Amino acid sequence: MNERRPDPDELVARLREEEKKSSRGKLTIFFGAAPGVGKTYTMLEAARLEVENQHRDVVVGVVETHGRYETGSVLIGLELIPRRSVEHRGIRLDEFDLDAALARRPQLALVDELAHSNAPGSRHPKRWQDVVELLDAGIDVFTTLNVQHLESLNDVVAQITGVVVRETVPDAVFDRAYEVRVVDLPVDQLLERLHEGKVYVPDQAARAVENFFKEGNLIALRELALRRTAESVEAKMRGYKAAHGIEESWHTGERVIVCISASPTSARLIRAASRMASSLHAELLGVYVETPASIRMSPDDRARLAQNVRMVEAIGGEAVTLRGEDAAIETVRYARKRNATKIVVGKPTHSRWRDILKPSFLDDLVRKSQEIDVYVISGSAVERPTPLDTDRRPSGELEVSGYVAGTAVVAASAVLSWFLFGRSQLADVVMVFLLGIVVVSMRFGYGPSLLAVLLSVLTFDFVFIPPYMSFAVTDFSHIVTFVVMLFVALVISNLTKRIREQADSARGRERRTASLYAVSRELGLATSRESLVDVAARHVRELFGVKVALLLPKGDRALEIVHADDDTFRADDKDLGVAEWAWQNQRAAGNGTDTLPLARGRFVPLLGSRGPVGVLGLYPSPESRLDDPDERQLLHTIAGLIGLALERTELAAEARRASLRVETEQLRNALLSSVSHDLRTPLGVVTGATSALLEEGVPKSAETRRELLKTAHEESLRLTRLVRNLLDMTRLEAGALKVHTDLQSVEEIIGAALDRLDDRLRGREVRTDVPADLPLVPFDAILIEQVLINLLENATKYSPPDSPLEVSARAHATSLEIAVSDRGPGISKENAERVFEKFYRVHEGEGGGAGLGLTICRGIVAAHGGNIWVEEREGGGASFHFTLPRGSKAQESTAPAERRIHD
Amino acid sequence: MTESRPLILLVEDESQMRTFVRLALAAHGYRVLEVATGQEGLQQAAAHTPDLILLDLGLPDIDGLEVTQRLREWSLAPIIVISARGQEEQKVGALDAGADDYITKPFGSEELMARIRVALRHSARSSQDPASSVATVGDIRVDFAKRLVFVADREVHLTPIEYKLIVALMRHSGMVLTHKQLLDQVWGPGHAHQMQYLRVYMAQLRQKLEENPAHPKYLVTEPGVGYRLKSREPPAAS
Repeated sequence: MNERRPDPDELVARLREEEKKSSRGKLTIFFGAAPGVGKTYTMLEAARLEVENQHRDVVVGVVETHGRYETGSVLIGLELIPRRSVEHRGIRLDEFDLDAALARRPQLALVDELAHSNAPGSRHPKRWQDVVELLDAGIDVFTTLNVQHLESLNDVVAQITGVVVRETVPDAVFDRAYEVRVVDLPVDQLLERLHEGKVYVPDQAARAVENFFKEGNLIALRELALRRTAESVEAKMRGYKAAHGIEESWHTGERVIVCISASPTSARLIRAASRMASSLHAELLGVYVETPASIRMSPDDRARLAQNVRMVEAIGGEAVTLRGEDAAIETVRYARKRNATKIVVGKPTHSRWRDILKPSFLDDLVRKSQEIDVYVISGSAVERPTPLDTDRRPSGELEVSGYVAGTAVVAASAVLSWFLFGRSQLADVVMVFLLGIVVVSMRFGYGPSLLAVLLSVLTFDFVFIPPYMSFAVTDFSHIVTFVVMLFVALVISNLTKRIREQADSARGRERRTASLYAVSRELGLATSRESLVDVAARHVRELFGVKVALLLPKGDRALEIVHADDDTFRADDKDLGVAEWAWQNQRAAGNGTDTLPLARGRFVPLLGSRGPVGVLGLYPSPESRLDDPDERQLLHTIAGLIGLALERTELAAEARRASLRVETEQLRNALLSSVSHDLRTPLGVVTGATSALLEEGVPKSAETRRELLKTAHEESLRLTRLVRNLLDMTRLEAGALKVHTDLQSVEEIIGAALDRLDDRLRGREVRTDVPADLPLVPFDAILIEQVLINLLENATKYSPPDSPLEVSARAHATSLEIAVSDRGPGISKENAERVFEKFYRVHEGEGGGAGLGLTICRGIVAAHGGNIWVEEREGGGASFHFTLPRGSKAQESTAPAERRIHD
Repeated sequence: MTESRPLILLVEDESQMRTFVRLALAAHGYRVLEVATGQEGLQQAAAHTPDLILLDLGLPDIDGLEVTQRLREWSLAPIIVISARGQEEQKVGALDAGADDYITKPFGSEELMARIRVALRHSARSSQDPASSVATVGDIRVDFAKRLVFVADREVHLTPIEYKLIVALMRHSGMVLTHKQLLDQVWGPGHAHQMQYLRVYMAQLRQKLEENPAHPKYLVTEPGVGYRLKSREPPAAS
């Protein structure tokens, strides 16, 4: 059996595709060869059937009836979404209201004329983009399209009819349609309809239309439409077969590479390649090779290149920018890497003599491509002018000054040679001129250097070659000198230019590498969301020369501006809405994109591995070149980095929250078991003792009564301490503990704590060792008193009643250390950490608390930025130490000082 | 005879607490008037002019701070506020508004009686004998006329500010003085934010007057509130 098993990758891809399909709406295109074949009518009929037979919820988003009676009559009975009125240059335009349609959420929406261009200021420049958004929202769409509006057939149609159609729809949209229904009408019937006035003809285009509706044209268009539909049906058939394992024709895996450049003919090239790719069912890769020479591209060229790159993406291909010295080598290398079998290039437009000097890209490519086919396509056909959206700035004064300087250098060389060598040593004179040319080409670029070459030769002839002060030449050998000089000078100037360009390119690359490195490192170091936002904003601002805004989701998935440079968001503009769109659709929007291009800012979604994590807003300045392939790539990479870093902090925060939840849970359990024991015991004693006192008829001696009362009293004191600790612990755990720091005296607090424990310490020797000159340090007096009280209570509890306690304080360079020491059994090394854990007790039972005292101490000290630990003392006993940081750092970050003395 | 026994108004909303305080007060020979709300407290204070008011800070109807302020509009009777832990700010507020002292729950009857005795003694002194020329607390003796301070009969030299501090504390011996009150009295109003000065001068004063400044007998710190000159009197026989 020669059964081919489906490739797992292929299966996964198909699964994904199907998953996407199921949630996406279905697009049905009513496809015709020319206006007037009855597409809109057929669409409305089909919609009516949907309503009547399937009982579907259908609304009319937009239908252009052009006043045609039949079409209009079918509309009756279908719900209409009111058009959105847009005022543009004094003309009122009624546009499809996308937001209303999305809000209405029908099952099926009718949107006529897929190729329509929206009024400026709409969310998308093109209606097909509106339709894609409807489909993404899970709404089915019926739409109409004429064959001449299909991007890949655009220039074919132009060739046939001589009419250039500006409104185009990418083939990808057409190919992804769930169903394409051809609305076909024999040519003579269509012409009949035209003559009957049943075809809508706008007055101003009447003549063009006359040309268009020639019988020959219509036949050709009809053929195109049918063929294109057949192709699309065939593709569906293949897909079906593949899905059902009928045929071995799995994805061919073929790839077509189209070489793109800043040339205006590239667009045609891309369309041709796209047609080729779609007929071969191959993937389309648009490759642009950035050579050192292309670094210094004019702004116009850059804009055109960006447009070409976008076009590749719009058609459904993948745009790639390669870097290298030799465009042909890079292209072939890439083609091999991606297993591309075909390379499409444009015909060279320059004249032949240039090929003699320097092998052309095409020659190189053909020679090096070996087994890969190279398709050369004419680049001189009718080309619609590509409107550029960038402003043209006059290229700077530097250029002019370069030519002036070039001339000056030549003059200087002439004067210098005159004085040094006169007219006798011609070889030396030539050397001086060449030196001048080297200087010019190094400092002022290629153009000035060419001028300098020319001027040098002329000056040399004029001044140094007899007959003097004349361009005439008598000696033939001098002509040879000129030629050699010219040649050498040109070589020098070319070589220097190359070196300069390489250096520029290397610098640019290094800048990108360095900045990427810096960004990734700093993003990696940032631990909190805030610092991450700072780092991200700073780098993006510096790298791209833009103003930056950063929006992150708040709890309920709505966006919140967490960072905005000056002059980014304004109260009156709609940029926030654009950001929302980018967030919800996970696609870039705003300035320089296909969506809401009139917005001031460009909004790029930040994607983490689990989905979008935020939106980055960039407000370009005149200097920023966000559309350069390089910058685009860099932006893409950095947006990815930021997205991942944000996700990382988000995950870390989540993990913290989760572990906190677990801890809280554990605390609750431990608390319950602790409460049951530690609270019940003293309560039991109090209840027992007091009930014995209240018992009637049982005589009790005064001493017994006193004993019972004393027990009850002591137990209630113990209960008080326990409850106090539990409350403190809860506050600490809940993060409700507020630290009001204030410059405080440690001596005072030690005194206050000792005073508070007067009763418990009675009869105990307490040694204090507190230097009088201790500095004031910032801390919360009440909390630190609590720490001391807990430590002192512990010390009294766990040491013999007659042993002395010691309290000492020491100043260190950056902190103050306070120690409470006893002469009890001490705490072993194994327990030294554990004693600070919740509910941990070294000595079970016997007068002990709930095991919270030290945990509270640690919490409080940590909140002050200090440390707490226990040491074993020489000669036995435990010594608890804690530190409080000195200086102003803690003070700055805390609540205003002296809050308490104000009301 | 009965009339000479001091009348104490107890404003407290928890009945068990009222019972405990009433029994303790009665046992020490005080007459007690108990009310459960701030409103009643204000009415009863106006109707009976008590000698001392015990005011709980956590009343259900009116904020203890407000009760203090309204009482102080016309009454000079000492006010001792009863506060719970965690009410530090209200406590300081009430003290600054004119309350004389505070006591923190849970407290023993001994502590309560000591506070009441001190407060009553001060109010008696201020109404009858405003300018006694010498005051003594334990080993510390201040001669106001000669501006001299002695510790165990040994003269101690104080700077003018230290002297002002000890005088302020001496005049309120046994009672707490908030940071603000001390700053107002010693430095004059408008220095309320200069707490470090106060801390530094108190440290110097402890150095000069206390045997062990880190474990003072007299100049006791009430963290977050202020200072108290502790009079280590033996429980008065009553």
